[in-house]
Amino acid sequence: MKILKPSNMKRCIGCYSCSLACARNVHKSLSWKRSGIRIHSSGGISTGYEATVCLACDPPPCAPVCPTEALRPRKGGGVIFKEKLCIHCGECATACPVEAIYFDPVKKIPVFCIHCGRCVSFCPHDCLEMAEPSKEDGNE
Amino acid sequence: MNSMFKVLVVDLSRKKSKVEYFDTRKTWIGGSGLAAGLFEHFADFDADPFHPDQPLILAIGPLTGLFPLMSKTIMSFMSPYNGQYAESHGGGRSALALRFAGYDALVVTGRARKLTCLGFGSQEINIQDVHYLKGMDIFRTGKVLRGLKPRNPGHRSILRIGPAGENRISYACVNVDTYRHFGRMGGGAVMGAKNLKGIIISGDSTQDLPHGRIKEYNKVYREIYSTVTESGAVRKYHNLGTPENLIPLNELRALPWRNLQSTHDPEIESISGEKFADDLLLRQVACAGCPVGCIHIGLLRERFGHEHEYLYRQVSYDYEPIFGMGSMLGITSAPGVLTLLEEVEKLGLDAISAGVALAWATEALEKGVVGIDQTIVDLQFGNVQAYVQALTHLAGQDNEFYLELGKGALVAAEKYGGEDFACVLGQEMAGYATGENYFVSQALGFRHSHLDTGAYSFDQEEQARDIHKSIDYMQSQEIYRILMCSVAGCLFGRKAYPKETILKALNSTGLDYSEQELDQAVQAIQAHRWAIKFRTGFNPDEIKIPGRFLEVETWKGRTDPDYLFKLKEKYQEVLRTLAEKHVFTTNGDQE
Ligand code: SF4
Ligand code: SF4
Ligand code: SF4
Repeated sequence: MKILKPSNMKRCIGCYSCSLACARNVHKSLSWKRSGIRIHSSGGISTGYEATVCLACDPPPCAPVCPTEALRPRKGGGVIFKEKLCIHCGECATACPVEAIYFDPVKKIPVFCIHCGRCVSFCPHDCLEMAEPSKEDGNE
Repeated sequence: MNSMFKVLVVDLSRKKSKVEYFDTRKTWIGGSGLAAGLFEHFADFDADPFHPDQPLILAIGPLTGLFPLMSKTIMSFMSPYNGQYAESHGGGRSALALRFAGYDALVVTGRARKLTCLGFGSQEINIQDVHYLKGMDIFRTGKVLRGLKPRNPGHRSILRIGPAGENRISYACVNVDTYRHFGRMGGGAVMGAKNLKGIIISGDSTQDLPHGRIKEYNKVYREIYSTVTESGAVRKYHNLGTPENLIPLNELRALPWRNLQSTHDPEIESISGEKFADDLLLRQVACAGCPVGCIHIGLLRERFGHEHEYLYRQVSYDYEPIFGMGSMLGITSAPGVLTLLEEVEKLGLDAISAGVALAWATEALEKGVVGIDQTIVDLQFGNVQAYVQALTHLAGQDNEFYLELGKGALVAAEKYGGEDFACVLGQEMAGYATGENYFVSQALGFRHSHLDTGAYSFDQEEQARDIHKSIDYMQSQEIYRILMCSVAGCLFGRKAYPKETILKALNSTGLDYSEQELDQAVQAIQAHRWAIKFRTGFNPDEIKIPGRFLEVETWKGRTDPDYLFKLKEKYQEVLRTLAEKHVFTTNGDQE
């Protein structure tokens, strides 16, 4: 299964179209944060932009820490979330080594990239792509 | 539809804030309209621009964050340049940050005891002491402010002023997120007078999408997004960006050179958009929420050692800054223009106003109207290093001459002489010497900006010397632009946002205006803005059109003074009639 990769972030112009698209289409919200992909400048805009996004770890370190199995490994990397089972403890967000899980303070649930690719077509600079995971993408 | 405007009101004198709600969405729409409405509510029309009670207002629009290119914030204040109501528009991340902080507008009143930074997000407000930043330039200030609260990297907007703002230069600007500005008319000086060095807006909350209309909203979004990213009309702003106009305007004999002594120069190639793009363009960046990405960042490489030792800086450039710090000062090297732009940025001056003011000073020195004891440096067109020094003197108000020049070229000229060659039309001219319509439009325009009515385009039409057609053109453009600025969209998105599209977008988000209601609201905003401008001292009869503009030679030939003055006369009447339509409700008595 393909995963979302921010492969060309050197090209990023910081328009946030990707985050806004994910928030809008996946999370039915208007937000910079309630989005699976979050864009940051690291030290002011002159240093360029980075994307924080689920790396589709295989196996994912966030899933085993979930006490209720609300997060389960997804085939091909990443995780699947069952909201009904979530007890809102936030452990998953703490366990993510790259801070790709945003623990939404209002809904009290983890927000992360589900690798659906809906943000890709909104990036005007082709920074993002859906691609097969390569060896170094997983943890193996 | 009836969601009220939510406004954060911060009083720096008392260090207290409150959240106020205004049930006036249908009347003020947002952006320019809202800013003018809030100004009427909060300002003291008769007090000095630097009076602590005067508000500094930031307003966004109903479509901010919801649609592409809806990325502008409208700043309004009493201008220290002319003592009148003024508006300035800025981008960067400011608009979306304010939206996600949860407010439609911010109003800052009072004056802090010590130099202060105001930081806020959806759940915090910090009024922070930054006395240690006194006199610090824009770049170092930015570095320090990035360490202050609220901490929310990438999702904050940082507004800041430099020494020019602290010293209350009449055209000190406000830097937004390093590469954008609230320029002209002295918003930076108003912040300086409030002892407000910076504003940090953290966009940390999440909002709901329009209830019950998500399908419709997503459809309209898609349509607009495709127009923006696929139609060539908007793409030009991304490619060469606005500097693509340098060569065409030079060819039209409409690009001001050396204090408008000429409108054409064979050296244009050395500072053209193409030159910048080929040799110096590092990359482009965007305002948040705008896929166009028109902000061009140039690389300034400088040798500092005997061997191959270089340092580099990133400097943003655009058409108008290249005019202000380039052609107007006779600079014919692109790195030279970047050197000056970086300097002007560092000090927190407006690049256009400062350039035009220094161009006047250069000619004044050349003609012996002023001496080197006044200018301190030997100003000469084309001399980059002389202008670097002069900018520092200007921002630092190093002597009486620079103090006067910091109030505007015409103010200095009134004192020292040389009024006929001060290129001032209400404020220092913008970079379009296209002809009479533009000269009158900038002189009398609401913001004294080329963007008020776009009359520089009308100058290029065949009937360019028809008073009625010109006024119709300017009025219809003004009406459309007020609408665009009230929804707080970027004017570069004009092609993607005809009125029908704006109406569709508003309706898809649950703001149900009929076309007629929207038209009426915009007309009322237009009248209201003009009424406040007149009420705060705007008198078109007193606005001069200096002699230099009558000598200008464009592709049409010389300026026709007869047409120009007749147009001015007629346009004044139109504006007066407009202003009379507004009845003040909250502030002050009617005159
Ligand atoms: S927040 Fe929910 S998904 Fe995350 S670890 Fe806790 S229960 Fe599992
Ligand atoms: S792939 Fe889907 S979930 Fe992931 S960032 Fe893109 S739109 Fe959001
Ligand atoms: S859409 Fe593309 S260019 Fe815009 S912020 Fe996202 S990655 Fe960067």
